[in-house]
Amino acid sequence: MAKVKYNYCKELTKGILKENPVLRLVLGTCPALATSTSVVNAIGMGIATTMVLICSNIVISALRKVIPSKARIPSYIVIIASFVTIVQMLIKAFVPALDESLGVFLPLIVVNCIILGRAEAFASKNPVLVSAVDGLGMGIGFTAALSCMGFVRELLGGGTLLSGTDTLLSAFVDLGSFRGLDFNTALESIGLSPMTIFILPAGGFFVFGILMAVVNKISEKKGLKRAVLSGCEGCPLASGCSKLKEDDAQ
Amino acid sequence: MKFFIALLVMGILTQNFTLSKFLGICPFLGVSKKLNTALGMSAAVIFVMLIATAVTYPVNMLLINYDLEFLQTIVFILVIAALVQTVEIVLKKYVKSLYNSLGIYLPLITTNCAVLGVVILNIDNISIYSAYNYGFLHSMINSFAAGVGFMLAMVLFAGVRSRLETADVPRFLQGLPITLIAASIVSVSFLGFAGLVEGMGLM
Repeated sequence: MAKVKYNYCKELTKGILKENPVLRLVLGTCPALATSTSVVNAIGMGIATTMVLICSNIVISALRKVIPSKARIPSYIVIIASFVTIVQMLIKAFVPALDESLGVFLPLIVVNCIILGRAEAFASKNPVLVSAVDGLGMGIGFTAALSCMGFVRELLGGGTLLSGTDTLLSAFVDLGSFRGLDFNTALESIGLSPMTIFILPAGGFFVFGILMAVVNKISEKKGLKRAVLSGCEGCPLASGCSKLKEDDAQ
Repeated sequence: MKFFIALLVMGILTQNFTLSKFLGICPFLGVSKKLNTALGMSAAVIFVMLIATAVTYPVNMLLINYDLEFLQTIVFILVIAALVQTVEIVLKKYVKSLYNSLGIYLPLITTNCAVLGVVILNIDNISIYSAYNYGFLHSMINSFAAGVGFMLAMVLFAGVRSRLETADVPRFLQGLPITLIAASIVSVSFLGFAGLVEGMGLM
């Protein structure tokens, strides 16, 4: 069998820009909207998802010749759920504040389309190392998109930046008295207050929409197709969607 | 009784599952183009939410009994997946008419975060519910309210989207961006219900 050479660098960067899971493939919209209320939440969610993504990609790719294709979706779900449980326990043990602020979205990483989608589209067809790199790239892309949204929403909606950094990192490094930046007093002195709507769900939709428009504009300039919600194309349950489309066509 | 109504009002209006908790955004954006599909999808979601809650409640008791709560996520997603498959097979064989209207949506619902979300939230809330002595009944009502809230959001949004189709939108906002911004405005309208539960003296 001819050995295929993989361009690891390309696999890593494609998840960040060209095939960014949130902004280009439109996967994982639920956690992207719900956990991007602050930069720290967004990064925490991003790291948790990246960890699950890398681990599940490695295991699924290592087992790709063992798992029968008919039973593959349940097997993937079990593998992903195991890693989600592990990550959940780690976060509960080391960063309990993050567990509290992510709430139900931590166990819901299981049903994040990105992970199942990458398992189906990439890890089940490629060797271990390149799958791990793909997982890392996609995870970084997810984290970056979430952080972008978190940055805008936290700054406009809460008047703070990186608040809660101490809760995320205190278990690992000593930050001294750094508690994130707070512009509220400065705003008050000129008679302004933050726009709370950006922290609220409505602001989440709005920021995501605008970010999507900006990314569409940029990718159009670069000659790429604009992102569309194509009825979950990257999602492994696309067969169900295609049935839906047929139904629509009738 | 008051608490039941409070649960219904919260699930449907003040803490709408889709528009304020961000659960089930995928179908909300993906399947809300036509009123018919939106209705079918949300009916299927209500149906699956109810049976998933009914099944996971005793399963959770079993887990607690054997000190295995850490397996919650794995067990619940497997139970839901198996359940949806079984329901699909049973409907296909015995209730053909229901299968034709709901069946095609069922495979989509397996990994829908709204279903797993409502189940996990119910389990998290059990300590609150048991203060009112009806763990199971409250869970079922909460799931029903969540499902109806999802349906309300889907139906409203299907209406908004049908108007968007003909609207003249700037080119770089066309498609998904304007849909998201429209969703944001629908979500703002639901903010108007804030404080309803407290105002009605239900809680």
